[in-house]
Amino acid sequence: MIRLQNITKSYPTGSIALDDVTFSVDKGEFVFLVGPSGSGKTTLFRLITRDLLPSSGSIHIGQWDIVNLNKKHIPHLRKSIGVIFQDLKLLKDRTIHENILLPLEVNKADKEAALQRVEQILETVGIAEHKDKFPIQLSGGELQRAAIARALAFSPEIILADEPTGNLDTTTSWEIVKLLQDINKAGTTIIMATHNTDIVNSLSKKDN
Amino acid sequence: MKTIKTSWKQIRRTPYQALTAVFIMMLTFLSISVFSFLVFGSSVVIKYFESKPQVTAFFKDEAKQSDIDQLSSNLKQTGKISKIRYVSKQEALQIYKEQNKNDPLLLDLVTADILPASLEISTEKIEDLGTVSDALKSSPYVSEVVYQKDIVSTLSKWTTAIRLIGTTVIVTLALVSIFIMMMVIGFKVSQKRDEIEIMRLLSATNWYIRTPFMLEGIFYGGIGTFLGWIVASAGLLYATPYLESFLKGIPLLPVSPIFLLGLLLAELIIAIGLGIIASSLAVLRYLK
Repeated sequence: MIRLQNITKSYPTGSIALDDVTFSVDKGEFVFLVGPSGSGKTTLFRLITRDLLPSSGSIHIGQWDIVNLNKKHIPHLRKSIGVIFQDLKLLKDRTIHENILLPLEVNKADKEAALQRVEQILETVGIAEHKDKFPIQLSGGELQRAAIARALAFSPEIILADEPTGNLDTTTSWEIVKLLQDINKAGTTIIMATHNTDIVNSLSKKDN
Repeated sequence: MKTIKTSWKQIRRTPYQALTAVFIMMLTFLSISVFSFLVFGSSVVIKYFESKPQVTAFFKDEAKQSDIDQLSSNLKQTGKISKIRYVSKQEALQIYKEQNKNDPLLLDLVTADILPASLEISTEKIEDLGTVSDALKSSPYVSEVVYQKDIVSTLSKWTTAIRLIGTTVIVTLALVSIFIMMMVIGFKVSQKRDEIEIMRLLSATNWYIRTPFMLEGIFYGGIGTFLGWIVASAGLLYATPYLESFLKGIPLLPVSPIFLLGLLLAELIIAIGLGIIASSLAVLRYLK
């Protein structure tokens, strides 16, 4: 499903974020991307979503050839990949409900269907009671759930979770991982970047 | 609908910036309207003078009809004359009455005796006007020769100058408008850069991001144009009675409402163009 072949990414400053990386992920897998800060995990996610282009190598996601993808198809690609950003990227002046609705609005989804979908996702991630609150009114774990909810808006085939437990206490971290596992069980492929080896070891899933 | 709401919210949240953008657009289109009136008016005036006899010779009271006929006949024989028309004292009075029909005071004191008879002459070639004019001036029966070529060429020079100044002022103001709108919209884009970045990552197309800003530019352009046009048209309507007495006989005023509406339409099209250019440039660097 996701295939990276000899990916190298260097920045104009000369720093090399990724050096000849090759791996593949099959449909429905739950994969951890483990490494210290600055090891290129976020860069890898940005390459997969075509926010960056690799210096060399090829990336294929399903039928998409990411490196040679026409710019006008980028929005379509991003619709099929849900991203949970490390810094969450929730809009502070919008409620949780509005934040989750945003990707559907952006893609001009039918209003009624979009509202129903948001309600459904809010129930799934367990923050329905917080839907009218603004991000500043929520705890770290609740914000992380909101970010997961937004990534689920389009029922994507793939979810990229960038350090979703990074700033959370152990209990909340496990709750988030459990939530991601549930999403994975429903058929969504998940790649989770983390530097928390305890979680990885405990789950002993596939480690790259 | 959602896009329009977003644009309107952006405008409402920064009323002073919106006023600045509207005001500069109003100034630009007020200038465009005023110079359009001047250029259109002066071209009508030139056409009017061009359609009039090019040389008019007024006769002294002692000139007899036979003297005038002789002079007319001599001129015709030169082969340079395309049209010649004799206007008697009575006809002159009729013309005077027609021109001043709304001013009885001016009509009371004038009789045919005090108005001169005249010959209105047009030549085949404009360069023959000088010769004809000289021939008329040398006649002992002619008191005055009015030579329209001077008026037409002076008016043409004025029109050229108006066009040149108008174009310079309009281009300068249009550029200033674009820069100010770019600054106003660019400031808003910069304030929303995080939101734009998030939208891009959430699969928004460039058009989805760009459209509210473009609508904002079109709003500033449209409102500014309408206000500028209203001010210029109201000014023209207010000045019409004064101008009518000044431009007596020239079929220019009152200006046709169709012309004014046509001007508004043309200005709106230009304004929408300016709004789109300014907003597109402002948002461009965030959409690369």
